[in-house]
Amino acid sequence: MSVYINKDTKVIVQGITGETALFHTKQMLEYGTKIVAGVTPGKAGQEAEGVPVFNTVKDAVDATGANVSVIYVPAPFAADAIMEAVDAELDLTICITEHIPVLDMVKVKRYMEGKKTRLVGPNCPGVITADECKIGIMPGYIHTKGHVGVVSRSGTLTYEAVHQLSQAGIGQTTAVGIGGDPVNGTNFIDVLTEFNNDPETYAVVMIGEIGGTAEEEAAEWIKANMTKPVVGFIGGQTAPPGKRMGHAGAIISGGKGTAAEKIKAMNAADIQVAETPSVIGETLIKVLKEKGLYEKCKTH
Amino acid sequence: MNIHEYQGKEILRKYGVAVPNGSVAFSPEEAVKVAKELGASVTVVKAQIHAGGRGKAGGVKIAKNLEEVRAYAKELLGKILVTHQTGPEGKEVKRLYIEEGSDIRKEYYLSLVLDRATSRVTLMGSEEGGMDIEEVAEATPEKIFKEVVDPVTGLTPFQARRMAFNMNIPPKLVNKAAKLMLGLYQAFVDKDASIVEINPLVVTGNDEVVALDAKFNFDANALYRHKDIVELRDYDEEDPKEIEASKYDLSYIPLDGNIGCMVNGAGLAMATMDTISYYGGQPANFLDVGGGATAEKVTEAFKIILSDPNVKGIFVNIFGGIMKCDVIAEGVITAAKEVGLQVPLVVRLEGTNVDLGKELLNASGLNIVAADSMADGAQKIVKLV
Repeated sequence: MSVYINKDTKVIVQGITGETALFHTKQMLEYGTKIVAGVTPGKAGQEAEGVPVFNTVKDAVDATGANVSVIYVPAPFAADAIMEAVDAELDLTICITEHIPVLDMVKVKRYMEGKKTRLVGPNCPGVITADECKIGIMPGYIHTKGHVGVVSRSGTLTYEAVHQLSQAGIGQTTAVGIGGDPVNGTNFIDVLTEFNNDPETYAVVMIGEIGGTAEEEAAEWIKANMTKPVVGFIGGQTAPPGKRMGHAGAIISGGKGTAAEKIKAMNAADIQVAETPSVIGETLIKVLKEKGLYEKCKTH
Repeated sequence: MNIHEYQGKEILRKYGVAVPNGSVAFSPEEAVKVAKELGASVTVVKAQIHAGGRGKAGGVKIAKNLEEVRAYAKELLGKILVTHQTGPEGKEVKRLYIEEGSDIRKEYYLSLVLDRATSRVTLMGSEEGGMDIEEVAEATPEKIFKEVVDPVTGLTPFQARRMAFNMNIPPKLVNKAAKLMLGLYQAFVDKDASIVEINPLVVTGNDEVVALDAKFNFDANALYRHKDIVELRDYDEEDPKEIEASKYDLSYIPLDGNIGCMVNGAGLAMATMDTISYYGGQPANFLDVGGGATAEKVTEAFKIILSDPNVKGIFVNIFGGIMKCDVIAEGVITAAKEVGLQVPLVVRLEGTNVDLGKELLNASGLNIVAADSMADGAQKIVKLV
């Protein structure tokens, strides 16, 4: 088992003919991901990395039965690409694109209300279920199959955590990068809910960073609902307070959002927080041993 | 991206938001000329820097005649203004805004900001305007009112009126205040602002509702579609290294330490700084080379780090996903050769094309200390500087 994606997931690559998309399509295919179609308007009939290209997401879905898409479309057009995926009633769309204007995303979120598609991202590394399906830009070789779920706001910190787990013999079910943008599709609580319900996931690593209140909200949810151990890390503990103008940002966040506040909220929810990013793996192993889960999670 | 108060007020005027008459001045002579044209009985001389708290720091002066305008302009121009938002080094005043005085009856607070929690633009207002709004928000949050805006309809007139009533704007002026809020919202969305703050919004003796200050911050990701806003950028307000970095789409923030950092991804960049600090070192900067970096971009990033004279060593920490390790390696090698690297360099590479990257570095003949992990790299560079 896993969350969101598995070996049967059929994937469309939106913007497949771009340079970055081509590179990662090749990498995903090599990993074993079932990429069944690509979309680039005006390029229907062509092939990219052996994958048939369509003009619209709808055409690609009709022809291939795909249920998930990944978006590599440039920022000015990415919000439209997300809405096209939602309109085609995909189960999931994963948006890798960074630098999307935030007011575009405000509109996208409104457009998605009441519709079935889940959005992961934007500005995220994607989702990977080890040995089954890799959708995004993460390096595949660091992931190993197992029983720990990983959810993170930061792409490269996700790799860091996964790498440590794999090196320590702890495999993963699914790693989900939710992205660091202020307006995104999937939050910590969405992913934690999935991990909580997934029988193969025994423990979770949650990686946050300063800014916003998503970690505080997740900590409250964990306290009330989570039946599996969670360890955490917050990036930016030593970041100096940014130069700023005006007060609106401080007022809307209600004094939350600092690393100290987040760690406090997580500790209050019985989440062990790694002191440095280098000991995320060690911290998890310590907790697994305390909970008697280490042997079950040790996969190699 | 930030702009000055006078530039913000220019935008507000175009959206029908009432602001006092005024104009920018770069010298005492210009200040007097503007004041003469305004012909007001009281003139306000306001320092223009990209930071709040100017009033408390002595950057806003009330002049009763042209001689006082000249004297205050002389005093403020070239002065280093230190406010609670500038940092201890302060900011030099290079521009003034000369504005007619207002007959203030009461000060209010009004702002528009994106609320991450709701993914919506939110209008915030309070009758407790003025200098201490953050304390008001902390001590008496019930005095801050919010209206969450649906992007389909935009801010609606009933929401604007409700806000005005909640703020205790005099009933006969509620419609004027509501009209101002609607104009403010339109400016916010048309220009892709991330914050617009009016503090104070005032009701005047002749029953006008006027924006006495204007702070705009714009979404950097949307600047490509706002050439008019980009033209308002004041390079004097920014660190030259930050300007150089922004040309190459690099996210760079100078800090006080001596270990230069080059990392991919904001999260890993912050975590790298945390790790350096944990082992007793001090990072000289935050630098995220981003996802789609080219070798040229990496070279520029390296040069920017080295242009900081405090840098005594560099730690490159890359976990390649979308970023390929060989691209990083090429950029590092080119830069090190071009600038003649004089300080120790520790490189930790992992991720996409890692073997290719390591090969390139080994074959380069450069004196590079390889690290196996972030912790290993941080300890090595701390030892070397």
